[in-house]
Amino acid sequence: MADDQSQPTEEYEREPVPQRALLGFKNFIGMYAGEHCAGTELMIGPLFVAAGVSAYDVVVGLLLGNALAVLSWMLLTAPIAVRARLTLYYQLEKICGRNLVTLYNLANGVMFCFLAGSMITVSATALGVWFDFPMPGLNDVYPNSIGWVLAVLAVGTAISIVAAYGYEMVSRIANIAAPWMVLVFLAFGLVGLKEFIAINDMQINSLSDLWHLAQSSIWKGGEPLEGQVKFTFWHVTFFAWFCNMAMHIGMSDLSVFRFARHSWYGISTAAGMYVGHFMAWLSASVLYALQLHNDPASTDVLPGPLAYKACGIAGLICVIIAGWTTANPTIYRAGLAFQAIVPNKSRFAVTLFTGAIATVAGMFPAIAMQLLGFVALYGLLLMPMGAVVFADFWLFPRFGLQPYYAERNGLSFNWAAGLTWFITLGICLALVKSDIEINGIQPFQIWFVALPGWFIATALYIFLSKIYQQRSP
Amino acid sequence: MVRDEERNTMRILLQLVSTIALIATILPSIMFLTDSLDLAQTKLWMLIATIVWFIATPLWMGQPSELEHEEVVI
Repeated sequence: MADDQSQPTEEYEREPVPQRALLGFKNFIGMYAGEHCAGTELMIGPLFVAAGVSAYDVVVGLLLGNALAVLSWMLLTAPIAVRARLTLYYQLEKICGRNLVTLYNLANGVMFCFLAGSMITVSATALGVWFDFPMPGLNDVYPNSIGWVLAVLAVGTAISIVAAYGYEMVSRIANIAAPWMVLVFLAFGLVGLKEFIAINDMQINSLSDLWHLAQSSIWKGGEPLEGQVKFTFWHVTFFAWFCNMAMHIGMSDLSVFRFARHSWYGISTAAGMYVGHFMAWLSASVLYALQLHNDPASTDVLPGPLAYKACGIAGLICVIIAGWTTANPTIYRAGLAFQAIVPNKSRFAVTLFTGAIATVAGMFPAIAMQLLGFVALYGLLLMPMGAVVFADFWLFPRFGLQPYYAERNGLSFNWAAGLTWFITLGICLALVKSDIEINGIQPFQIWFVALPGWFIATALYIFLSKIYQQRSP
Repeated sequence: MVRDEERNTMRILLQLVSTIALIATILPSIMFLTDSLDLAQTKLWMLIATIVWFIATPLWMGQPSELEHEEVVI
């Protein structure tokens, strides 16, 4: 999970990025490697263990899922980005019209608020180590102590105020902390691994010894913990593929790759995927597996105490910085999204209001504890608009349809795009709710449904546009 | 000109300190894994490395280097 913190200084928000402003490959490597080591990684890894993953499922599933995510950036996002060189918002405005983009902004802003809330939750667990108040359990929905509410309030207020003043300072701290944070995440895994070796009184002399330890003690598979959904190889693969769906298939990162010289720069996302969404997730999951191994009744997923036990105060600092530096730009961007809806309000006031929503959301542990489902929902919600951009750019000329229809016809709401979004979401959510089971497999769970959803959205947009463009003057 | 050289030397020194701090962040956990360090020492060394990293790195990271400056001037 992530939020980009190293945007180029000139934004070119309503014009194509000129040739002189293009950036080299290394810029993208650095940006993606840093931004995907976020506070939420410390929740996701443990939640995999709570979902009963086996060693093969989690290791191979993450390798495959992350590869699919990288390919999505390379083959779907970057080729459009380097040809159009426009931000997603401007491109959507040309296709959908200003009012529909405003609605998209609202959806994006709300999801950003909840995501920032979960990052505040992660940082607040670090305060629990110092102040020793009761912290939420794995299946808690509501805040469970005054201490917890006050901790989230303190963290959320601080983050919101900093975000309201502009996040340049925090962005700088994030850039400085990134290389150090990556190594602390790695240290979490190494310390946890050593503890497992010691507990099992094992000698690790080869990779097969290590794999045996992984299978028999760390990721043992079996039933998930109470209240969690069982994760198989396919769940892990699809989760890793789609957890940043809003950015690749959903096309948010058009805004990033419009600065790339070549579309193959999309491969730079591998730095983020295999550092943040492979190493960091596995490291965090090792710590939680160790906690369960030592006390099977201790099921709470609390990054603060987990990090403190493994790496002491350095670990705690890592949790706070990881949560803080990613919550901050998320609140800032949510504020920008909302400000587009109420342009007469100051950005300061809107960002503070956004931070307040995120803080209240952070008090409810259900969002962080159900992060696997929430992240899938976030991607699903924004995916149809990515399909609209894809179809508009590549397929419309082949079908004799007009791309950038709203701009060319002065529309403020392209109904073909709007209906595509609403109907696709309706169909996908109905499929999720249907609990359809085929040979004991539920192919339309929230983690999978976005794949057929993308094809539905693409076909629907072409079909509806055929009708809409014929009817319109 | 002399001041520029001093600044460049200082920058290189600070980068060296940061690199050592970075190595010192991960090394204790590797030594813990190989039984060369206990957990309390690991945590202590990681904390020291963290402090050094956050003191040394902001002094050069994000600051324009002399090389970049010269390129712009030329």
